[in-house]
Amino acid sequence: MKERLAASYWLHESHYTALSSPTVTERRRAAMERFEAEGFPTVRHEDWKYTPLKKILKEDYALSSPFSAQDDAEPIEFKDIKRYLVNDIDCYRVVFINGRYSAWLSETTHQGFDVCTLGSAWKKYKDQVEPHFGRLTETLGATVQLNTALAWDGLYVRVPDHVTLDKPIQALYFTTGDQPMFTQTRSLILLGEGAKAEIIERHQSLTSSASWTNAVDEVFMGAQSHLHWVKLQHDEASAALTQHSVIEQKRDSHATVHTISTDGKFLRNNLDFKLTEPGAESRMFGLSLADGQQLVDHHTRVDHLAPHCTSRENYKGIFDGQSNGVFNGQIHVHVDAQKTLAFQENDNLILSEKASIDTKPQLEIFADDVKCSHGCTVGQLDEDALFYLRARGIQRKEAQALLMLAFAHDAVADIQHPSLQAKLHRLIGNKLGVDMSAVV
Amino acid sequence: MLEIVNLHASVDGQPILKGINLRIGAGEVHAIMGPNGSGKSTLSNVIAGREDYEITEGDIRFHGESILELAPEERAHLGVFLSFQYPVEIPGVTVSNFIKTAINESKKARGEEPLDASSMLKKMREKMDLLEMDKGFLSRSLNEGFSGGEKKRNEIFQMAMLEPTLAILDETDSGLDIDALRIVANGVNALRSPQNAFMVITHYQRLLDHIVPDYVHVLFKGKIVKSGDKSLALDLEERGYDWIKKEQE
Ligand SMILES: Nc1ncnc2c1ncn2[C@@H]1O[C@H](COP(=O)(O)OP(=O)(O)O)[C@@H](O)[C@H]1O
Ligand SMILES: [Mg+2]
Repeated sequence: MKERLAASYWLHESHYTALSSPTVTERRRAAMERFEAEGFPTVRHEDWKYTPLKKILKEDYALSSPFSAQDDAEPIEFKDIKRYLVNDIDCYRVVFINGRYSAWLSETTHQGFDVCTLGSAWKKYKDQVEPHFGRLTETLGATVQLNTALAWDGLYVRVPDHVTLDKPIQALYFTTGDQPMFTQTRSLILLGEGAKAEIIERHQSLTSSASWTNAVDEVFMGAQSHLHWVKLQHDEASAALTQHSVIEQKRDSHATVHTISTDGKFLRNNLDFKLTEPGAESRMFGLSLADGQQLVDHHTRVDHLAPHCTSRENYKGIFDGQSNGVFNGQIHVHVDAQKTLAFQENDNLILSEKASIDTKPQLEIFADDVKCSHGCTVGQLDEDALFYLRARGIQRKEAQALLMLAFAHDAVADIQHPSLQAKLHRLIGNKLGVDMSAVV
Repeated sequence: MLEIVNLHASVDGQPILKGINLRIGAGEVHAIMGPNGSGKSTLSNVIAGREDYEITEGDIRFHGESILELAPEERAHLGVFLSFQYPVEIPGVTVSNFIKTAINESKKARGEEPLDASSMLKKMREKMDLLEMDKGFLSRSLNEGFSGGEKKRNEIFQMAMLEPTLAILDETDSGLDIDALRIVANGVNALRSPQNAFMVITHYQRLLDHIVPDYVHVLFKGKIVKSGDKSLALDLEERGYDWIKKEQE
């Protein structure tokens, strides 16, 4: 697999250069060299201890190359993707099929700001892309290097200073075809000073063949900018996602990221924040509902590099069947980051004997005047609460669902759109096998 | 309505109820008194169907049928209601959604149509007026951050909404000030009818000034050791439980 990926890069390097720029290619090449030297991480690697990539590496993937002829044998139409959209919120829409932009299914804009595709930005917005591409990912692991080398397309957003997007962006990454597919997607989000944007993102397989999407996102937030990013992860049982998102925040900027993971066989999330100037605030919420053989892994990392920044993190997990959860929350408070506030909470419910969660907070604090806290819990449903609900006439199953919903509440409470909230509740209800419409 | 016959219950092999006999007829109010740890909450939990307790002997019959094999929700659907000594906090579920769900689940189980939204709201308003509750209450998370008194009032509100045939109130009066006590008692009295019955567990005579019982029973070490009319409650108020303890030894 490693050799095939490398070959595909070296074969196409001149294409990459021709369609972007030599500077970008230099970064791609360096990344490919690192990937070749390191290879895919195994469970001997500390960061991948509980997340065996070999489970998904064994498939015989086709590699989607941005330069091969497009296979239009069975074109994807709007009706095929409609049910995966959040339809009741007016949005910009940027759609990718097997890693390639679909103009036909998308609704982009260049009026006042850019919401479009990175594939079209390499040359056109070279002066924006060159200073940013790869800057936040240079030191990251092999899967990220692989993406830097090979990825061609994904969401590109640039919002100039003091501009607020008039509607949210939906970024949709679909995989299709009869063959197992391995896809690299890459996004670049640039928010100017005081800019505001909202992104709803989803990776979705349209087939029951195995698929693996390896996604990397770089987000640069200017002073006082705002970002709300919702990642919806309820993919097919044959689909795997490894995603590494890095957000750099300047003075007084606010970022909120919700990761809602309900379905998909293998989900590895890395979410990193770099708080580089005072007053920046990051908030992360996660909800994982796993059963069967699912694996849901959250690795988060906050680097407090400047004083007076705040990070708040609240991840909830419910694990049933033989599912596995991983939570690793790193907080690094660097020497100059006095008056840091950093809070981390990871709470889990284990519903079956075969389900498990490995949870590990990792705090490294090199400043003395800071407030940091972390907590993690692993427990079962509260029997007293269950009895209370049942004694009021609520069936056992509904009562359990209600308690799980209550448990999950914090993780979704801050999602602003009522229709998105409702959709999430529906999804959670489906997952738990009850009709939640009467309850929430 | 309710017949408890020679009921023995234990937890982890430890006997707690040791032969309870009690008959409650329609229209009656029974007060259960007794020192801490005598088994009052256990008795109410066992009637409501809590599964942690093992029934080692005896039976509980409701309208002539044994309910021992029924799940808590099935007992609720038959009209059994327990006001908890310690109501549970459930963040993320609002009082109003919770009550709607509870009422409609019971209706569904009885084969009745669900209550439509406007009738539900009307009924909630009515009961909230009766219990002098603030409207904002409905949209709060169930019991989360409620004061002790608010929790108890919320229990009675739920009781008023569900209109049970047998209501068991487990120390609903503890933690209530005089005003709240009067309001809660009004709620209970408004529900009293020849068709339904109450089992009121309390330590204090003062609740029984407002909810006048037909019978008073003293539970001690898992047994009903004395029964009488409301004057027994006054006796206990005056003399405490020591004389009962002595009598037993
Ligand atoms: N779930 C339980 N597990 C263990 N012991 C219990 C449990 N419930 C009640 N008990 C014990 O049974 C006895 C009676 O308790 P309880 O019914 O709460 O009494 P009361 O309500 O009269 O104060 C106490 O000794 C108590 O510790
Ligand atoms: Mg008690």
